Amino acid sequence: MLSIKNLTVSIKGKTIIRGLNLEVKEGEVHAIMGPNGSGKSTLASVIAGRDNYEVEEGEVLYNGQNLLELPAETRAREGIFLGFQYPVEIPGVSIANFMRTALNEKRKYLGLEPLTGAEFLKLMEEKKKMVDIHSKLTNRSVNEGFSGGEKKKNEIFQMALLEPRLAILDETDSGLDIDALKVVAGGVNKLRRNDNATVVITHYQRLLDYIVPDHVHVLYEGYIIKSGGKELALELEEKGYEWIKKETVA
Amino acid sequence: MKDTLLDLYRKEQDAIRGKATPLVNRMRDHALSRFRKNGFPSTKKESWRFTDLSPLLNTDFVFDFRNKSKNMDIDKIFTCDVYDLDTFSLTLLNGWYVYKNAPLTRLSNGTIIGSLAKAMEVYPDLVDEYIGKAAKTEAYEMAALNTAFLQDGLFIYVPEGVKVEKPIQLINIVNAEYPVFLQPRHLIVAQKDADLTIVHCDHSLTHNVSFTNTVTEVYAEKGARVDHYKVQNKGRNSALVTNSFFHQKENSHISSNIITLNGGFTKNIVDHTISGSAAHAEHYGLYLVDSNQHVDNQVNIDHATPGSRSDQLFKGILDDEAKAVFSGKVMVRRHSQQTEAHQNNRNILLTDEAKANTQPHLEIYADDVKCSHGATVGQLDPDAMFYLRSRGLCERTARQMMMVAFAGEVVKKISIEALRNRISHLVEKRLKGELSICDQCVLHCNSKEPTAFNIDLSKL
Repeated sequence: MLSIKNLTVSIKGKTIIRGLNLEVKEGEVHAIMGPNGSGKSTLASVIAGRDNYEVEEGEVLYNGQNLLELPAETRAREGIFLGFQYPVEIPGVSIANFMRTALNEKRKYLGLEPLTGAEFLKLMEEKKKMVDIHSKLTNRSVNEGFSGGEKKKNEIFQMALLEPRLAILDETDSGLDIDALKVVAGGVNKLRRNDNATVVITHYQRLLDYIVPDHVHVLYEGYIIKSGGKELALELEEKGYEWIKKETVA
Repeated sequence: MKDTLLDLYRKEQDAIRGKATPLVNRMRDHALSRFRKNGFPSTKKESWRFTDLSPLLNTDFVFDFRNKSKNMDIDKIFTCDVYDLDTFSLTLLNGWYVYKNAPLTRLSNGTIIGSLAKAMEVYPDLVDEYIGKAAKTEAYEMAALNTAFLQDGLFIYVPEGVKVEKPIQLINIVNAEYPVFLQPRHLIVAQKDADLTIVHCDHSLTHNVSFTNTVTEVYAEKGARVDHYKVQNKGRNSALVTNSFFHQKENSHISSNIITLNGGFTKNIVDHTISGSAAHAEHYGLYLVDSNQHVDNQVNIDHATPGSRSDQLFKGILDDEAKAVFSGKVMVRRHSQQTEAHQNNRNILLTDEAKANTQPHLEIYADDVKCSHGATVGQLDPDAMFYLRSRGLCERTARQMMMVAFAGEVVKKISIEALRNRISHLVEKRLKGELSICDQCVLHCNSKEPTAFNIDLSKL
């Protein structure tokens, strides 16, 4: 589904990602771990289509298409979803209006009829239950005045509505207490299917107790320096990133 | 232009002075001498630094000192039924009150609504008690000019304890085949505990050059409540200067909301004196301008008494080469303790050529006050734009959604639901580029009722 080959990316002349390779297949959950500044969020931005970086080399294929050529909104309509590390507050834009517009723009792109107001409301209620979100949250402006946990729940709620094929969750666990973490992880697990894939970007192993990955990659200074199964995350938790660094140098 | 006006006054003074009260004519004499001395405001004056009137004064304007509009069957020229909004609708055509059935109406609750010229004849004492008390002709050149030529406009008097249920809608239409210079004068009085809502629409029916210089005086006595809305949707070739003077006493509440959707040149001057404790003044403004439109909002608030409050929020979206100016001064006098005053101006520039000059200003001489001010000039938040696009919204939709949300903060201050919905719809239309002055009456365009616009120029 997603195939990243030899990707090199810089921001303002500084190389952040160096020759990264990654293959994600349908039905898989990948975890990308790494210390701060290793390039995790940049990778998420490149896949979602933010335009604050320069791709120096390499390619990103998504279901065979060159993803780097597509604007952010087309990527979204093609089924890519980015769960933001810091969801943006947008005063005055209601979540319901935003999501209905987003969903209908996606449906139009796919050649489907737009949902009516009533159909959308019904769908919204369904998804709210699914991700355990309180009804009043969706009446509010996007993320405005939300707590850290509410913001992340709102990301998962949007994901549930848009039903992406490839979800990139960027540090979704940051700033969450254990209860919020469980809700967020529970939402992600419920959305797992054989035909979609999830890439979880995280600093800590904790989230991976709830979202169990098929593959774990360690990103360090722009490279994936080690890949393995879910046990790699536990090993990292125990020994720290220093261990990998030493091992790689050795 | 100044000399032309002074000559004109000499020639036409009998018609201009007409049946005005002796007090009004004395006021006029003072104002005229001030105008003779000061002329039009120049860009050397701080409050006009970024707003240059001089290019607008080169036109050979036409003045009408006689009411040709009074017997006009205005409904044949222009009808304005705001769907869902039941109003007393009054019309000024080219600055003159259109009589319809009567020049002056006295409702059963004692409220008087009608032509100021007629009110000076019928209720001279009521007019004299208020007129000119708030309009400071020494400080404001354009108000002096208006006062010198004062003839007609709207008069509203709401007696003690009366709540006027329906909003009063004043439609100020400019419709002339020649470049007109108009100076309507409005006087609005809300007696003790009275309650009044006014919707004031300024617009032009033709694309001809015109200049409107209006003065509105609003008085809120103890415990009165006045809601004042201005909707401005004028042609590219029109110039509009509004001078609004508010004076309020204790426990009263005045709110003003100026929505500028279109206009060639617009300068809104607000001068507001709060002379009673526990009084509350709110001033909101929204301007959506493009091409080479120019809009300037100047708000001066004087907290002349302890324990009052004022809130100001002006927001603008500027496209193309449009220019906006905001200058505001809040004065808190030494004895005006426990004053609360907030002032905020926020601008979004959509292009590199658009320009906003903003100067919020607090002048505080008391020490026990709660005051804040702020101003921003910026672009749409790129992080928010990316957030919306990352969910599948195209750039255009994302921009519109953010602009509507930005403007919405001002629109939601409108307390009449039908008007709020209508304005909200207009703002959305305006931001999608679908509203022009060709839509005629701005309050009209989403009407579910069929409306006819048969403008018959031959009738004018």
